[in-house]
Amino acid sequence: MKYLHLIWAALFRRKTRTILTLLSIIMAFLLFGMLDAVRISFAEAGQSANGAERLQTGARLSFIQTLPKSLTEKIAAVPGVKDVAFANWFGGAYQDPHNQVFTFAVSDNYLDVYPEVIVSAEDRKAFADDLNGILAGEMLIKKYGWKIGDTIPLQSQIFPNQEGSKNWSFKLVGVMSSKDGRAFQSGMIILHWKKFDETTPYNQGEVGWYVSRVTDVNQADRIARDIDALSANSDHETKTQTEQAATRNWIKQMADIGLIVTSIMGAVFFTLVLLTGNTMMQAVRERTNELAVLKTMGFSNHKVLGLVLGESVLLLLLGGAIGLALVSVIGAALPAMSGGMINNTHVGISSWVVGIALATGIGLLIGALPATRAMRINIVDALAGR
Amino acid sequence: MSTLVEIRDVSKTYERGKQKVEVLHHVNLDIQKGDFLALMGPSGSGKTTLLNLIGGLDSPSGGSISVGGQRIDKLGGGALAKWRAANVGFIFQFYNLLPMLSAQKNVEVPLLLTALSAAERKRNAAIALQLVGLADRASHKPTELSGGQQQRVAIARAFVSDPSLLVCDEPTGDLDRQSAEEVLGLLQVLNREHGKTIIMVTHDPKAAEYAKQTLHLDKGTLVEQAAA
Repeated sequence: MKYLHLIWAALFRRKTRTILTLLSIIMAFLLFGMLDAVRISFAEAGQSANGAERLQTGARLSFIQTLPKSLTEKIAAVPGVKDVAFANWFGGAYQDPHNQVFTFAVSDNYLDVYPEVIVSAEDRKAFADDLNGILAGEMLIKKYGWKIGDTIPLQSQIFPNQEGSKNWSFKLVGVMSSKDGRAFQSGMIILHWKKFDETTPYNQGEVGWYVSRVTDVNQADRIARDIDALSANSDHETKTQTEQAATRNWIKQMADIGLIVTSIMGAVFFTLVLLTGNTMMQAVRERTNELAVLKTMGFSNHKVLGLVLGESVLLLLLGGAIGLALVSVIGAALPAMSGGMINNTHVGISSWVVGIALATGIGLLIGALPATRAMRINIVDALAGR
Repeated sequence: MSTLVEIRDVSKTYERGKQKVEVLHHVNLDIQKGDFLALMGPSGSGKTTLLNLIGGLDSPSGGSISVGGQRIDKLGGGALAKWRAANVGFIFQFYNLLPMLSAQKNVEVPLLLTALSAAERKRNAAIALQLVGLADRASHKPTELSGGQQQRVAIARAFVSDPSLLVCDEPTGDLDRQSAEEVLGLLQVLNREHGKTIIMVTHDPKAAEYAKQTLHLDKGTLVEQAAA
């Protein structure tokens, strides 16, 4: 620690260069923090105590294929199933096709299987009483400035209404929220399946997927097998899995988030190593004489090695810590931007640990070459300017 | 007076590409404790090389060098660094202060290699700056000081860890006459009042007058000895 002021002073010897380098490190770690939050958010999707109680049943072939509504009673009759609800993908866009809003057409008891979703009794009654009513997540309501009673136009990418138009119109009758703001319903809309089924000619008594709540999570595997057995060898074979597994599969069908994040970060950090490594080499080359003077005073080769390594590690740790801290500030906007898909934008302990380890590792890596060079400086040659 | 530095049959050869250049030829020299020695001679005569060997910055190609009874030509890199930290203070022509540190912090640098606490380091550095008459410039960076002031800070840095030997390579080479005299007067005080043994390389005969004796080197050989 007694050398810290020496390291600090050497680091900021050329302020502009160091600040610019620091900015690039901050940006790299900001990106890392944001992408890691996204990765964790996707990885944790469906991982909750309530989620563990839920099974999702979809078509075995593809999640696009629908299932007959008649399965509802059969699934409800499977021993260990507490409730069965169902939903259909609606796929809404608000005002502009780019403003995608997750919208599901759901059964009347849909909210019963999601006890973590908070809807006031008043709003719930309003929803039950109005077939054209919708419930929207509080994040969406905030984002678009909606008020209860507003007419919300939504465009479905797939389903036309009775007039053959894909432009639908609903009345906002209530708000969905959750205690920790992490339920995905906070960023989506639900409408009545009955209204959807009656209105669109594309759907005739079909549902997209079933959600069942089980009485005992330890029985989940057996119940899943029993549910799938109901449709075995039919034209609508099902695949039942836990909510977590279903969410993971669904996300995987869209993209391998982990691979994308790792690839982007690999490219970013590779560039960072080249950029910062070059800066460190330049910084040490400029200070050959000063390092030789330190050696003259009695600083050993290893001490000089440690000073230069300390400098590069400090630079990376500083940039890394600022970058990760900024994620919490800038990341606050991410849930709204993702329509509630990504809620976990704070940097958790695991991200900090990985971030600090990365910063230290990169610091050691980029410092290794200039530090070795500094260690090998010949005092006499350096002082003579050779 | 006892002998502090004993140089016996010391040679130094440098390799420049394929060529071997012998810079010092079988030099023998004794320097007494408390001496103030000026080394003079034309460029390329081996003055700085001899100074570097005495200061433990370089190793001889042949012969032996003892300082305070210790054979420094036998010491390895790490041991030699430790020895330098404890026994030698260096003063350069171009001061070689660390530009990003204040005068006070520059003087504290050699003390980082001691077991002194931060408060003791600060106090010792303040005393050293006071001795060179720059207590009021402690917080100034080198660029905010004149050449003479920078060299005085460098002198404070050289003696702050209380070494027995000060080696000075052209300490007034970059200074005007008045600043040079101030610096040389300071070295004389360190020699006479604080008992520091000083070896100074200089081209300037006026600077050499401050020394107790002057030695001349020519083509790597000691050619003349004159007592002041």
